[in-house]
Amino acid sequence: MPDRRRFDVLVVGGGPAGIAAACCAAKAGLRVAIADDNPALGGQIWRGEHLYPSTHEFAHWYRRLRELSVEHLPGTRIFAQAGVRTLVAETDSGVCQLGFEKLILATGARERFLPSPGWTLPNVMGAGGLQALAKSGLDVRARKVIVAGTGPLLLAVAAHFKQYGAEILLVAEQAPRHRLLPFALRLPPSKLKEALSLRRALAGVPYLTSCWPLAADGENKLERVTLRRGARTWSLPCDYLACGFHLVPNTELATLLGCALDDGKVRVDDFQQTTIPAVYCAGEPTGIGGLELSVVEGQIAGFAAAGRLDSTRRLFKKRNGLRCFAARLERAFALRPELKHLPQPETLVCRCEDVSLSRLREHPSWRAAKLLTRCGMGPCQGRICGPALEFILGWQPESVRPPVFPVRVESLMAAAAGAMSETSSPNPVSRS
Amino acid sequence: MPESVQLKINGVPVRVPLGSTVAAAILLAGHSGFRRSVSSQVRGPLCGMGICFECRVAVDGQQYVRSCQLLCREGMEVTLDA
Repeated sequence: MPDRRRFDVLVVGGGPAGIAAACCAAKAGLRVAIADDNPALGGQIWRGEHLYPSTHEFAHWYRRLRELSVEHLPGTRIFAQAGVRTLVAETDSGVCQLGFEKLILATGARERFLPSPGWTLPNVMGAGGLQALAKSGLDVRARKVIVAGTGPLLLAVAAHFKQYGAEILLVAEQAPRHRLLPFALRLPPSKLKEALSLRRALAGVPYLTSCWPLAADGENKLERVTLRRGARTWSLPCDYLACGFHLVPNTELATLLGCALDDGKVRVDDFQQTTIPAVYCAGEPTGIGGLELSVVEGQIAGFAAAGRLDSTRRLFKKRNGLRCFAARLERAFALRPELKHLPQPETLVCRCEDVSLSRLREHPSWRAAKLLTRCGMGPCQGRICGPALEFILGWQPESVRPPVFPVRVESLMAAAAGAMSETSSPNPVSRS
Repeated sequence: MPESVQLKINGVPVRVPLGSTVAAAILLAGHSGFRRSVSSQVRGPLCGMGICFECRVAVDGQQYVRSCQLLCREGMEVTLDA
């Protein structure tokens, strides 16, 4: 029988948006909890901050969370809905049902990966992926690292590795200089300062625009990376390739709940409410916008969920400014069409089921390919190959079905037993 | 000396700083392969944040645990399949 909990406001995701949302809702006196898949609060950008604080901002929010008695449910993997206003999650100790009056989705983003020869070798990782491991105890001292892909994250990641003693061989940015320059020149003062300090931290490290990795080679692990820039192709031996092509919103849970999406982003109104009443969404799932925008959207969602609409309105202007910046960023770092030709026919696109591009090309759609090749049907449920195939072949994502996260059979059985007991007795959890 | 925890990876004791994830401990212990794919390729972590499942290992007899999302605990037994 699953454990049952009930909150006025349930926040899913413990990154900047989720933390800000929880604090603002709790300030109104509501009973608030943050359910998070990660072992600790902070999401990706503030991963490890609770152990080794490096920003005042996280310390501020972390203190507020404790002062406001926001409950934190770490290692909580939501995988299904159980009737109205109840979600089901798996934890290390079993299954729990989480009831709520208002739900705030702050499920963040993941990196976009583009398949290329050798990308399945150990030590080829995401840029944010290797950074997450470095923040979780991995020692990168004296390791040779190539940072590649696209987006402002590359500079932040490279600077972080360098600070931890890694040798950064180069940063390869696929976007052309002529698109980055006008973007850089229009940076708001705070962002310009940040960019310049990252550049200073990376003094001596080549930052090559219009450059990307073509392939990775090695015997059972990465040994060297082949890069291309214009007509030039060359190879470099290295220990890690940290490669990510910007970010993709995590919208699976929102989709499961029936929230409408526009172009892969969760549709929200001025108050961050989705198309489903009582369900709000903040941060990267509504469109990739970075830390500051995530915090503001989180604040608005938290206040709105608590019914404090006046408090939300004074944040609208700031949010609009940050959204305009996010739109400019998206244009500047748009993926160049040449990258569609990175995977070779034999390159595996689906890493869970080891399906190559040539096998996928035999089918007209992702649905057909799924049925006949199992592409996207492994444990990641298409979270890695889906965004890649959208870019490479123009295939649109399919519908989302529960469980939205791979769980133990015991968890499915416990969830089913809980649902059955609910229909046979007055429901203590869900209805309000 | 920062606080640390000891766990076993493929039966070999490894000591890592407190707060390290199992994935970080496996890499610190010198392994880069975590598992074998369905066509028997050696694989290691890709996303580092619980999405890709490439870093899955067996922990205390439980299969398919994402090592990047699990903190090391004293006495934990981790088994790689690579």
